[in-house]
Amino acid sequence: MEISILKDREKQIVRKGKEPFKIACGKQSIAGSVSQRACVFCGSRVVLYPVTDALHIVHGPIGCAAYTWDIRGSLSSDNELYRSSFSTDLGEHDVIYGGEKKLYNILISLIDKHKPAASFVYSTCIIGIIGDDVDSVCKRVEQEKGIPVIPVHSEGFKGSKKDGYRAACEALFKLVGTGDTSAIGTYSINILGEFNLAGEAWIIRDYYKKMGVEVVSTITGDATVSDIRKAHGAKLNVVQCSGSMTSLAKMMEEKYGIPYIKVSYFGIEDVSKALYDVAEHFNSVEIMDKTKAMVFEEIDRIYPKILEYRKDLSGKKAAIYVGGAFKAFSLIKALNLIGMRTLIAGSQTGTEEDYKNLSEVCEDGAIILDDSNPAELSKYAIEKEIDLLIGGVKERPIAYKLGFGFCDHNHERKEALAGFVGMLNFVREVHSTVMSPVWKFTRGGSV
Amino acid sequence: MLLRHTPQETIERKALTINPAKTCQPIGAMYAALGIHNCLPHSHGSQGCCSYHRSTLTRHFKEPAMASTSSFTEGSSVFGGQANLVEAINNIFTVYNPDVIAVHTTCLSETIGDDLTQMAQKAKDEGYVPAGKKVIYASTPSYVGSHVTGYANMVRGMVDLLAVSTTAKKLDQINVIPGFVEPSDMAEIKRIAELFGKKVIMYPDTSNVLNSPMTGKFKMYPKGGAKTEDIALSGDSKVTLALGRFATGIGAKLLDTKHKVPCELLDLPIGLAATDRYVEMLKKYSGQSVPESLMEERGQLVDMITDMHQYFYGKKVALAGDPDQLVALTEFLISIDMKPVHIVTGTPGNKFERRIKELTENLPYKVNYTVPSDLFTLHQWIKNESVDLIIGNTYTKYIARDEDIPSIRFGFPILDRVGHQYFPMAGYKGAMRLLEKILTCLLDKQDKDAPEEKFELVM
Repeated sequence: MEISILKDREKQIVRKGKEPFKIACGKQSIAGSVSQRACVFCGSRVVLYPVTDALHIVHGPIGCAAYTWDIRGSLSSDNELYRSSFSTDLGEHDVIYGGEKKLYNILISLIDKHKPAASFVYSTCIIGIIGDDVDSVCKRVEQEKGIPVIPVHSEGFKGSKKDGYRAACEALFKLVGTGDTSAIGTYSINILGEFNLAGEAWIIRDYYKKMGVEVVSTITGDATVSDIRKAHGAKLNVVQCSGSMTSLAKMMEEKYGIPYIKVSYFGIEDVSKALYDVAEHFNSVEIMDKTKAMVFEEIDRIYPKILEYRKDLSGKKAAIYVGGAFKAFSLIKALNLIGMRTLIAGSQTGTEEDYKNLSEVCEDGAIILDDSNPAELSKYAIEKEIDLLIGGVKERPIAYKLGFGFCDHNHERKEALAGFVGMLNFVREVHSTVMSPVWKFTRGGSV
Repeated sequence: MLLRHTPQETIERKALTINPAKTCQPIGAMYAALGIHNCLPHSHGSQGCCSYHRSTLTRHFKEPAMASTSSFTEGSSVFGGQANLVEAINNIFTVYNPDVIAVHTTCLSETIGDDLTQMAQKAKDEGYVPAGKKVIYASTPSYVGSHVTGYANMVRGMVDLLAVSTTAKKLDQINVIPGFVEPSDMAEIKRIAELFGKKVIMYPDTSNVLNSPMTGKFKMYPKGGAKTEDIALSGDSKVTLALGRFATGIGAKLLDTKHKVPCELLDLPIGLAATDRYVEMLKKYSGQSVPESLMEERGQLVDMITDMHQYFYGKKVALAGDPDQLVALTEFLISIDMKPVHIVTGTPGNKFERRIKELTENLPYKVNYTVPSDLFTLHQWIKNESVDLIIGNTYTKYIARDEDIPSIRFGFPILDRVGHQYFPMAGYKGAMRLLEKILTCLLDKQDKDAPEEKFELVM
């Protein structure tokens, strides 16, 4: 079957070639498309979710809370409060008469009961329409209960997931600067944009510890309110997942003069660079020496095993469709290391510059996609005869139905994929799916 | 101790839902719409709604779930979503080429007052709906009802906008409307009906849509689903058997008022007695006797209950789920001497409360239920009176783990097990599968916990 492309979307799809690179992006999805994108609320919820000792309350009808109840594999070393789903469960009566009173009562009773360190109140679509004054309810509760009660302006229709990241950053910024920083040393950082999926933040924190760098807070992975409060005491912000956290880094730079660097912890090349960049920033021979020793040791440990997997994987073809373009960039490099070719690369929220960078590391003829959909992904996956799709929950069954391997690089990853050990896990996961015997039954396997 | 926040002491809560035992209407509407062949469900709201529903359906069925969205912006929420919907309809028919677009609303589009009837007409007037193609719609605000209500409303939309009546004299054919059940259950419900030899029109029918085989090909619209031409014919049938009042009642009643097709509102055919009543109706309206093969299935089920009845006796069960399923389960469990002592649904409605009361008021033990409720309450009840088994969706596993109680997955959503897509719980054979699951769970626990001198080989 020929799969056709929405006409208005043609400019959001580029085939790398001799033409100068030009892509349309940052657009609202076309009405009627089967977009893989989510909304503002989704963006805010995923960023703030790993604040483990905060009370997260979703102000709206039940759905938004139900769909985000414990779906993110972001781990906590202590508090589990964040994994419960609290909702004002607005009904028809509330929509007509307003939900402020209900919100107030719920906040008071939940704070009394759980004694959280802070509370985030997420506004959903409908709050923007019925006009509840969430700010003043939060302020009142904050005064009465003596903990930060922070409104998150995350009405779904007010933009894309990116706008949700920004709303989350604004909410976090209200906490930053309210804690005591006297005990924080010179060689100190905040890890931004690392969500501790499958315990990844723990791996990264451990590297910094070995380097002699103090991690003040991880925003947000296994995060606590008290850590975030003193984040302004750190001397450097190290930003991963640039799409979600750059705005917080910028706000902190402006107000507290903390510089920031962008990094990625995926793939040997990028994680090494990330750690060296941090070491370099502090300009300390001791830290640099420790970093070098650690990086050598880590690579020594994993590289021979990776080469084993490379034998099977070399020359296999991959497609990448992820939330942020920055991650796609790291993934392409990681795939290169095991000899795999990336023939399709796309994201939900990339910028023109992101896509230009992406196309530069892809080979000629590769397809670059912005805000794609199942029909397009299938079309190009079939055309390029790929062996592996890397994506999130909605992409997985598409790959499987077509008979390709799949690797979840989103909330549903079960293994840590960050850091050096993460690279080995990633390669093992890719190997397990690309080389799976199941494809013998499916590819041309007619009875 | 994930749920260590749950205290034993139950407190009066008026306006707070903790750990919901439901989700919102639109996902039910989307699921129902996927039960029409060549149909693209369309979510008239923000992008996130559509994304969440598709993700949840995908996690539950391990299948792609196709649906499009109106992609609301700040502008559309001020000026209304008409432009988005009309453009969407045009785009969808041009590129994705379905036979039917099934539009459902969201809290956002409902609150700004979008009128789907008028918008669908406008799309038609502007020539965006090709000849022979249909746009159907249902109003499904998230702040009313639950996913079950959403399913019911979309079923009603199918009746309203697809069914027609062409003859005054009704034809010798039977409509079956299944409730919000698995594709496997729908297939089983249809199989049983077809054993009676008459034409059966069943919709929605998600079998072979959300449990389709692996073919190595991309299929925007899988093979299954009720055909629109069959749904159209349902206005000429002599009866509608509506299985599960909450999910099918309003659709079946509309077939009656609009096309004079009388309806029988039945419970979901889950368990022995409820399946008997379904079979009884099929017998009545087909004029055929019950086929021998079906009697054998029934006999096997009764045999299994007989063989194992001592293991069911007195076992306490906590149930969480949707009203139609809970009614059928409660009746079935009581009938095999188990004790459903806690029953929780998040779907509001006092009809459910009445029905559970009917089923349980004469029991010699107390049964806890309040409507609507949530899993937090269920956990508190369990802390006060423990049970031997929990039956519910995946979210009940937190309670099961915390309290060390065996549990089986039943209902929506199931995010951590497979099988529900392929193996039914409905009908006699489905009841046997349910019993097998219950027994395996109870006996595994007994094997694990039994002191050595009481560890038994033969059970």
